[in-house]
Amino acid sequence: MVTVTIWGSLRDATDGAAEVEVNASTFIEVLNALKANYPGLTAQIDRGVSMSIDGLIYKDSWFTPVRPDSEVVLMPLMVGG
Amino acid sequence: MALDEYSKREFTVVGTRPVRQDGIDKVTGRAQYGADFSLPGMLHAVALRSPHAHARIKSIDTSAALALPGVKAIVTSADFATNHDVQSVQDHCLARDKAMYDGHAVAAVAATSAAVARKALKLIKVDYEILPHVTDIETSMKPGAPIVQEGRRGRKVPAHYSDNATGFCEFGHGDIEAGFAKADLIVERTFKTSSTHQGYVEPHACLASVGNDGRADLWCCTQGHFQVRNLCSKMLNMDQSALRVTASEIGGGFGGKTTVFIEPVALLLSQKTGRPVKMVMTRDEVFKASGPTVASMTDVKIGMTKDGRITAGYAHIRYEGGAWPSDTIYPGAQCAFASYDLEAVKSQGVNFLTNRPLQAAYRAPGSPQSTYAVESVVDELCQILGLDPIDARLKNAAKKGTKSSYGPTYDEIGLIPLLEAAKAHPHYSAPLGPNQGRGISNGFWFNFGGETAVSLAIDFDGSVTLVEGNPDIGGSRAAMSMMAAEELGIPYEKVRTIVADTASLGHNEVTHGSRVTFAVGLATIKAARAAKVEMCRRAAMVWGIPAEAVEWENGAARAMGHNAGEHEPMTIEQIGANSSKTGGPIVGHHETMAEGAGVSFGVHICDLHVDPETGYTTVLRYTVLQDAGKAIHPDYVEGQMQGGAVQGIGWALNEEYIYGKDGRLQNAGFLDYRIPVASDLPKIDTVILEIPNPGHPYGVRGVGETGIVPPLAAISNAVSHAIGVRMSELPMSPQRILHAIHSKG
Repeated sequence: MVTVTIWGSLRDATDGAAEVEVNASTFIEVLNALKANYPGLTAQIDRGVSMSIDGLIYKDSWFTPVRPDSEVVLMPLMVGG
Repeated sequence: MALDEYSKREFTVVGTRPVRQDGIDKVTGRAQYGADFSLPGMLHAVALRSPHAHARIKSIDTSAALALPGVKAIVTSADFATNHDVQSVQDHCLARDKAMYDGHAVAAVAATSAAVARKALKLIKVDYEILPHVTDIETSMKPGAPIVQEGRRGRKVPAHYSDNATGFCEFGHGDIEAGFAKADLIVERTFKTSSTHQGYVEPHACLASVGNDGRADLWCCTQGHFQVRNLCSKMLNMDQSALRVTASEIGGGFGGKTTVFIEPVALLLSQKTGRPVKMVMTRDEVFKASGPTVASMTDVKIGMTKDGRITAGYAHIRYEGGAWPSDTIYPGAQCAFASYDLEAVKSQGVNFLTNRPLQAAYRAPGSPQSTYAVESVVDELCQILGLDPIDARLKNAAKKGTKSSYGPTYDEIGLIPLLEAAKAHPHYSAPLGPNQGRGISNGFWFNFGGETAVSLAIDFDGSVTLVEGNPDIGGSRAAMSMMAAEELGIPYEKVRTIVADTASLGHNEVTHGSRVTFAVGLATIKAARAAKVEMCRRAAMVWGIPAEAVEWENGAARAMGHNAGEHEPMTIEQIGANSSKTGGPIVGHHETMAEGAGVSFGVHICDLHVDPETGYTTVLRYTVLQDAGKAIHPDYVEGQMQGGAVQGIGWALNEEYIYGKDGRLQNAGFLDYRIPVASDLPKIDTVILEIPNPGHPYGVRGVGETGIVPPLAAISNAVSHAIGVRMSELPMSPQRILHAIHSKG
């Protein structure tokens, strides 16, 4: 299981939980598990999210490995200037 | 260790300051910018723009204009294909059922000359139903405000806001109320910033040519021609491969050229006429209809102990991003406290609609505004508690292992070394005179990578052609040539880097997010390594030895190991000359979704003088300290740091969009919207720190955006100290400063 940190304004979809556990070993598996377990997150995930895995920010790298002890943080989709 | 991970090494090319490869073209006028392209039979297009801030378009009658000799076509939004993916962008290019702001394009004319096209504009009859408008954030957020777009209210926005509130976000951790209870002092203030334009010198310009077979070419000034292709092909319902986009040289972008404004309109007109169509914005149009940054209103509350430890931080951030929903509030809320190691922090963001053009990115979008508010309050806490502002920041600075305010735990970062360098810098201890003040501020930006493709060919004479897909907005051709030369062990002058069109490479993410030196550099290094492997293989074939017995060193393949035999090194020139005979062209290439961009911090010190009689501010001395990871070409890094500071000085002191009560923009030109010029500025001193990014082979971090984050607070803090009044609204125009001086009594 992987612990995923959810940003504050999405926590109504996780019954207020700041961290949730999902069964996943890659970036895309984390997203799919979040959508399956917490349907309220689906709209945001489909709209686009980034993910920080062990301190590095990933945008859309589906097959980036996620280990059980990885720090995984769901983040808004990054844009820049 | 993966090849894209950092390993310490000595450099021979990287870190030097060679002459830029595009310099002669740019100073002699040979370089081609967006308006420089022409084709036989070309038509000229201009847009008809709304004179109203908010109006329903009841009808558009183009018959008289179409009858004017020389007019070849007129388009409106009805000519676009329907594509909900890009509806907001499309509606911004041409108004659909409502004009949403002063200057919103409602139609466009293509004619044999620009003069004829402009004459035709006067013959188009638009029947408007004028609607109530709102152009400022304070009015927009209040219940009862004119609603810019019905049905856009965000599901989670606080109930006391009007239906112009389109989105809400919240980040943070810990118990902030418990944190505030531990504080010896709490300061709470509200801060406001105005919309500012990116201020690029080159207006938007393009040339579109759609053939009878439906295949099209587009030349345009952009930060991302692959993104232009994506957006335009959707709006015109074309296959992406049917549209080839070539990026011109670019006279500044700063985030403002990461989307489209006139490009799809020119394509529509070319499609309709079967002739090439050129479209160039005037400066007035650039101000009125291309994206400025968000305006903001931010409440900040921070608690601190007497010895300078921050016990809790809270920010409620409100941005207005024009007439369509904007996500800039997200990075605004994420970045607000990102420089600090806090046990309890919460930042909330709300976006509001106004009758203004859709905001566009502007260097580290969202971060300067929220950072300004937080860094101003930190400065005020230090002032009241009698603490040195750098010592207090050092006490609270984020470092490796800090759980950031937006969630992730930091790896190697350079904020503490930057603060220590700032403290030790002679600037920080220099004496100040009467009516002078000194301000400092931190700043943070994420940086990122994204889709990247490059190709590197070894030519017959051993010179190298490197093909990349990002417009050269800040010296990337030089930086890529340097990294290729470093990796291949050849002189910088032997590498030419060109920016290819969208038909020549795989997709390249827009030049934004401070990504190019990091991501394209990473791909360049890997492409060069692939070419080296192939060159070693070719040499091994010639020598009749295993490829594993050949290594690359100083621009040549060398036989290594006990059984390799004695062979003179085979140079890149020799390998290139024989490439046809040894297997054909030698090309290294690399395609990736670059990840691992390291975050970036900066610290700025500003000294200034305020004339107490006029309120006029003169910036006397300015120092930028920033972590570049590894500076590939230090001149360009320093230029990015200086450019960010200069834009921040303009933002803090002069620049603002001024709307009248009629909702019309009153200062759409550089005479009335004053950006700093050289005579306004001191030399901007720079200090580059190099804390390597573990995610790049040479340790590179992006440097393009962080430089604009700290100036707003650094300058505001300096003014506050100079006049003895805490400033809380930008720009700090002479009038506003005088008002503050007089209000203190």
